[in-house]
Amino acid sequence: MKFRQLTAALALAALALGSAHAQPIKVGELNSYKVFPAFLEPYKKGWQLALEEINRSGGVLGRKLEVVSRDDGGDPGSAVRVAEELIARDHVAVLMGEFASNIGLAVSDLAARRKIVFVAAEPLTDKLVWQDGNAYTFRLRPSTYTQVAMLVPEAAKLHKKRWALVYPNYEYGQSAAESFKKLLKKAQPDVEFVAEQAPPLGKIDAGSVVQALAEAKPDAIFSALFATDLQKFVRAGNLRGLFKGRAVFDLLGGEPEYLDPLGDETPVGWWVTGYPWNQIRTPEHEKFLKAYEKRWHDYPRVGSVVGYSALHTVADAIRKAGSTDSARLIAALEGLEVQTPFGPIVYRAVDHQSTMGAYVGQLAKKDGKGVMVNWHFADGADYLPSPAEARLLRKQ
Amino acid sequence: MSASAAFLQLLNGLASANSLFLVAAGLSLIFGVTRTINFAHGSLYMLGMYCAVTLIARLGGGALGFWASVLLAAAFVGVAGAAIEILVLRRTYAAPDLMQLLATFALVLIIGDFALWAWGPEDILGPRAPGLAGAVTILGREFPQYDLFLIAFGPLVLLALWLLLTRTRWGTLVRAATEDREMAGALGVNHKWLFTGVFALGAFLAGFGGAIEIPREPASLSVALSVIADAFVVVVVGGLGSIPGAFLAALLISEIKALCIGFGQVTVFGTVFSLSKLTLVIEFLVMAVVLVLRPWGLLGRAAAPARGPAVLEPRLPVPSRRALYALAALVAALALVPTLSTGYTLVLLTDILVFALFAVSLHFIAGPGGLHSFGHAAYFGLGAYGAGLLLLKAHAPMELALLLAPFCGALGALLFGWFCVRLSGVYLAMLTLAFAQIAWSIVFQWDALTGGSNGLIGVWPARWLSSQSAYYYLTLATCSAGIALLWRILYSPFGYALRAARDSALRAAAIGIDVRALQWAAFTLAGWFAGLGGALFAFAKGSISPETLAVPRSVDGLVMVLLGGLHTLTGPIWGAALFTWLEDTLARTVNYWHAVIGAVILALVLAFPQGVAGFARQRFARRGDDA
Repeated sequence: MKFRQLTAALALAALALGSAHAQPIKVGELNSYKVFPAFLEPYKKGWQLALEEINRSGGVLGRKLEVVSRDDGGDPGSAVRVAEELIARDHVAVLMGEFASNIGLAVSDLAARRKIVFVAAEPLTDKLVWQDGNAYTFRLRPSTYTQVAMLVPEAAKLHKKRWALVYPNYEYGQSAAESFKKLLKKAQPDVEFVAEQAPPLGKIDAGSVVQALAEAKPDAIFSALFATDLQKFVRAGNLRGLFKGRAVFDLLGGEPEYLDPLGDETPVGWWVTGYPWNQIRTPEHEKFLKAYEKRWHDYPRVGSVVGYSALHTVADAIRKAGSTDSARLIAALEGLEVQTPFGPIVYRAVDHQSTMGAYVGQLAKKDGKGVMVNWHFADGADYLPSPAEARLLRKQ
Repeated sequence: MSASAAFLQLLNGLASANSLFLVAAGLSLIFGVTRTINFAHGSLYMLGMYCAVTLIARLGGGALGFWASVLLAAAFVGVAGAAIEILVLRRTYAAPDLMQLLATFALVLIIGDFALWAWGPEDILGPRAPGLAGAVTILGREFPQYDLFLIAFGPLVLLALWLLLTRTRWGTLVRAATEDREMAGALGVNHKWLFTGVFALGAFLAGFGGAIEIPREPASLSVALSVIADAFVVVVVGGLGSIPGAFLAALLISEIKALCIGFGQVTVFGTVFSLSKLTLVIEFLVMAVVLVLRPWGLLGRAAAPARGPAVLEPRLPVPSRRALYALAALVAALALVPTLSTGYTLVLLTDILVFALFAVSLHFIAGPGGLHSFGHAAYFGLGAYGAGLLLLKAHAPMELALLLAPFCGALGALLFGWFCVRLSGVYLAMLTLAFAQIAWSIVFQWDALTGGSNGLIGVWPARWLSSQSAYYYLTLATCSAGIALLWRILYSPFGYALRAARDSALRAAAIGIDVRALQWAAFTLAGWFAGLGGALFAFAKGSISPETLAVPRSVDGLVMVLLGGLHTLTGPIWGAALFTWLEDTLARTVNYWHAVIGAVILALVLAFPQGVAGFARQRFARRGDDA
């Protein structure tokens, strides 16, 4: 009798232990799925693929990883509420996601307040890791400044004297233009900026803007336009001969999200950063591409890579920390190396920015579709501010 | 800018005016006859774009295929418009004025999610127009052929509409109904089919405007919202119900925009000023100026004076003792929540309380005050920014910032209100919207002070309020006190005078009420309380960005008030709770949650045209004017 009681008790204890082990580790994912679906649907597929991979290989710390994904409502106020819910109700170990810079900053500030790690996947604003950086926030994507810095060497090589700028009128566009002017002036002191157009985001009057730029007779044009604005600008510019004989740089124009809709209208010869997904032959990318196409019957966009790498970052950080405790996660993330489809990246300890890079190249047309040619991979590590500079930026 | 460059920019303006005119003409017609403020007009425009781009791909590239696609797309949208009128709007005409607005807001959500489902998230760039795919040289510059075609096309549409309205019997009926709906009805005009016809024509024009833009811009989901704001501006600047006015306004706004872009950066007294950046808000600046100088738009006419007995809005009875006890019990129950539950419930309740205060402050002027503000978020946002700036830039203690912030909202309302109370009806609504947009654009642009589009972070409450339950108690106490005070004022002589002024300004003036001063005071007071809500919101979130005072927040406020019931007392708080809770729950559980919210709102509008709280009361049948 006693023996049987003991075994029963033991069995119960084992069961309890086992179930404690089976408790998944929760990651809170939030993003503006309704506002930026073109980027975020591929992004979601990216992290879903990563999640399946992670759990197929046994999860993390012997437990399954679970993503609690929420729409953030598309404004900072709702996003903060959703983040609070993920923290308080779902008891997530880490926050991950976000696209828009203002929402990214709001969630980052909340994360610091609630002492929870936030892996910002996409927000591009420089402030997120520098001026407004905090201990709990880590960012995956290269920021506006870094992407601009990747284009500037190519721009300086052309030695064009008169430049015109066009960018959407909000923080991303403004800081892109500012960084571009600063960096190009440094590389090529005799440069002149002859025109500047800042149409409201999503509401460019393309004909008028194109004509105003042409009137300034620039030798080259720098654009930070993307999505709808880019398409309207390209069509109007093609029709009005704006790009004839002029070098044009566009900050995000090579990303499939923004390049593919251009189709037959793709402007040939533009310098862009982007993602030539069907030409990258590295083993890590081929593996990712195969898995992604098999899972979704679709090709990956930049968003897919971002989502995929963000969740792998989270999993690797938990593995390295051996726990979900925020302080230990921060220690693990500082200097953490993660394998991504773009190759290995490192989260710098000094500013919590990853060294993820981008592909820099030129646009061309093939079978009525836009493709990137003459491209090379620009490693983020080579373009980020030096650790000393970054430390200074964070102090401000 | 050289003279030839300026000439080309004027041509650009003419080309851009075309689509704007088409969509605005439809909106104007619909408003003129049915008095419906059709929020979904931009969505119909978007549908036109998507249908056209799909049809063009199906029907093949030639000129015939292209133009057939454009017409078919417009016709399809026209039919969709008729269906919307018959299935939805027809059932809401008997409801209070703004209920149709709520219904069309629901349609925006539903159509948006439908387009996402049907066409996917990526923009679709259509082909150039066959036969008009190139450019011609004008004054040494390339100018697209298609833009030239559009320049000629706009006036043709104007002519066709003018002939339709002045030379056909149907047009006569439409004008009669626009002029005086009751009289037209009394003369035996079958308004049912007239309304359907007008709505279908308006929808057709919106779809046409969208379809014809295909060679210039991609079909995208975001176009619905950006078009509707512009269309409203054009309609109001031109004068409600005036088609030539809409044409003139579309031209005026497009030309001013084109010139701003053409001038680019100008140097005035040594400082560089970017006119290009001004395009962010130029149409609203134009609208504000026009409305201040010409309260009925460029070609609009003053509304005919109300005939017969004054329109009596439903009375606002003094709440019974039992109702008051119930409300007190509700507050007491809310005060107990932190002992039972923690964490997220408190976060959600904090949001609901803040929005309830915001909705009640809007209801104060929109319901009993009769001033339908479409820009109430401006004062909410000014309060929020006031709180944030006092804390971060002036280094004031949080408690002081919270006390002073509402005065930022009140100051804004004091300034804008002075202009707004000079107008009435939709013109007033649009002027409040214009001022809100202007305030928004200043916040959005003033990087050094407000942090620009990124906003401000680090706006956290003082240490003793930093726990969720402490902050919840602060919010509960402040919001209930604020709401109670606003309600108390409604039953003071001030509140009764406000309702008198709403129901009959003439009679109110005759018994010695200074209507404008009274409404101005009410507007300012509402701004103060909205600002208080905004300050509480800022400290609850720790950050503020320009969205706090953008149009969607104003619209949310209206939706809350209307859902609860415009002519009830407690309606706004139920509306705020229901809307916030719905958004929160549905965004978590459903993929297409916009559509579901839209469907729920639509169902509520159809089931309870007096609002949720209004339904609980006896329903007031409205006779005569609509039914």
